[in-house]
Amino acid sequence: MNRFIGFVKKEFHHIFRDSQTMLILFGMPIAQILIFGYIVSNEINDVKIGIYDKSQDHITHEITNKITASGFFILHENLNSEKEIEKAFKRGIIREVIVFEPNFAEKLERDGTAGIQIIADASDVNTANIVSNYTKAIINSYVKNELFTQGLPFEIIPEVRMLYNDELKGVYMFVPGTMALILMLVSAMMTSISIAREKELGTMEILLVSPLKPLPIVIGKVIPYMALSFVNAIVIIALSYFVFEMPIQGSLIFLLAETLLFIFMALSLGILISTVSNNQMVAMFISMFALLLPTILLSGFIFPIENMPKILQWISSIMPARYFIVIVKNIMIKGSGIGVIWKETLILVGMTIFFLGMSIKKFKVRLE
Amino acid sequence: MLKHTENIIEVKNLVKKFGNFVANDNLSFEVKKGEIFGFLGANGAGKTTSIKILSGLSFPTSGDVMVAGFDVYKEREKVKKNIGYMSQKFSLYEDLTVRENIRFYGGIYGLSGKYIKEKTESLIERLKMKDIQDSLIKSLPLGWKQKIAFSVAIFHNPKIVFLDEPTGGVDPITRRDFWEMIYEASDSGITVFVTTHYMDEAEYCDRVSIMDQGRIEGLDTPAELKKQFHAKNMDEVFLKIAR
Repeated sequence: MNRFIGFVKKEFHHIFRDSQTMLILFGMPIAQILIFGYIVSNEINDVKIGIYDKSQDHITHEITNKITASGFFILHENLNSEKEIEKAFKRGIIREVIVFEPNFAEKLERDGTAGIQIIADASDVNTANIVSNYTKAIINSYVKNELFTQGLPFEIIPEVRMLYNDELKGVYMFVPGTMALILMLVSAMMTSISIAREKELGTMEILLVSPLKPLPIVIGKVIPYMALSFVNAIVIIALSYFVFEMPIQGSLIFLLAETLLFIFMALSLGILISTVSNNQMVAMFISMFALLLPTILLSGFIFPIENMPKILQWISSIMPARYFIVIVKNIMIKGSGIGVIWKETLILVGMTIFFLGMSIKKFKVRLE
Repeated sequence: MLKHTENIIEVKNLVKKFGNFVANDNLSFEVKKGEIFGFLGANGAGKTTSIKILSGLSFPTSGDVMVAGFDVYKEREKVKKNIGYMSQKFSLYEDLTVRENIRFYGGIYGLSGKYIKEKTESLIERLKMKDIQDSLIKSLPLGWKQKIAFSVAIFHNPKIVFLDEPTGGVDPITRRDFWEMIYEASDSGITVFVTTHYMDEAEYCDRVSIMDQGRIEGLDTPAELKKQFHAKNMDEVFLKIAR
């Protein structure tokens, strides 16, 4: 036991004496969450729009009022023909045009349905998506709240996609993703680099010649990173809760338990990476290109998985972060318990066992 | 040579293959207790493979290997307790101080804190390291790293210490100082198993084995080897074998 404590102590010395490591461990999580929370925001404010109202009746006016009163949109111009729509877009000021079909109110009352066309400037796909979704949501709530209460059987035309994010807050999307990214970085990348460094410097050889068994060596190396990852996770959750007012609907203990599971998974992945890399450079590159980029691009963190080509969707299904993001979103925003996310949890457990098994196998091969 | 009678390493028919490549081809030799045994050979002759097997880092494909009275295959843990190892990289932790390195390496051999403390004090005294005891390893010159790495390798009083090219990259004076340390260790009863590229160092050894292409081609005292190969010095012996 004494040997083990000495080992862990030594590992902490490494961490605390290396300013770069310290920066990655403690600066990065805070910087990332603040950047994602404040700057890379999905929220929109004062987007300029045009309206082409072919009907000009009391309902189209009311909907127009709702949209401009929402605070997200500013009515920049009223358009009077199809041709003007394209011209308006080309001037580059407006991002969206809303077109009401002729005889809107009449049709609605007669047929129970009427059409609104939402045209968004998709040269900026992300904004276009968000803007059109906001518009749909506003129209939808109008239909639901104002028309339904009059007892009229009107059809709800737009679908609401941001069901659990009523205020359409971007932070809700970024916190789970950032958490996955940071934990991946700290647990997998830092662990693999620190083990690879021992190989590079030859100290691993000395450790393996000593009476210490390989398993305690690996555990001793991993424990400090596990502890620091956990601290990081707590910092991220606290920041998102206190600074960005992200709710924690579900059980905090359950959230932390799932986080710990994800940390375990990332650590075993880091160990696996270190078994195939002989120096820090290799470990770093594998971590960067095999872990971080896919985690950012394919886990659903920034780009929705449903919009990916089929082949990328398949690849994304082997991204551990994808499942963790689903788990965190479910617990924090919807307050789900294990009943809802048992499948994702099981997948993470499976991955952990797989990575650990692979590492042990690789390790044995090396000793042969 | 009454001093060296008991065998501390016994190797019989050791074979190590990597796929089709035979790194160690049927090696048999003994190392006597307390001697300084030189293990020579060109790069790729199979020295490192043998030293890895002897120190329990790698398993033999076939053959019997006894180290310090234990079978390296079946009693790896006991072997490990009784050996020390120093690689050509002078593997110390660069971001730990001299003291911390000694403390750490002593700790992994399960030595008690009190023992480590006492022994560290006497070591610092003996090597005159008072001024550098709290410096980080990375700030020290190579010669110091070498001395400290060696002291660490024999800190737990092993029966045998394996030195894998321990004098690579250091100047002649430091090299001679280092051999003084090797003699001291040998005098205190530690068997020294050393690989080297320097033929003048081969002359310092009690016995020398010379490997070529996985086989031991010569094994005797430097004087006998020179006689056997009709050579003026070890350099010539080596060239005759390796060519």
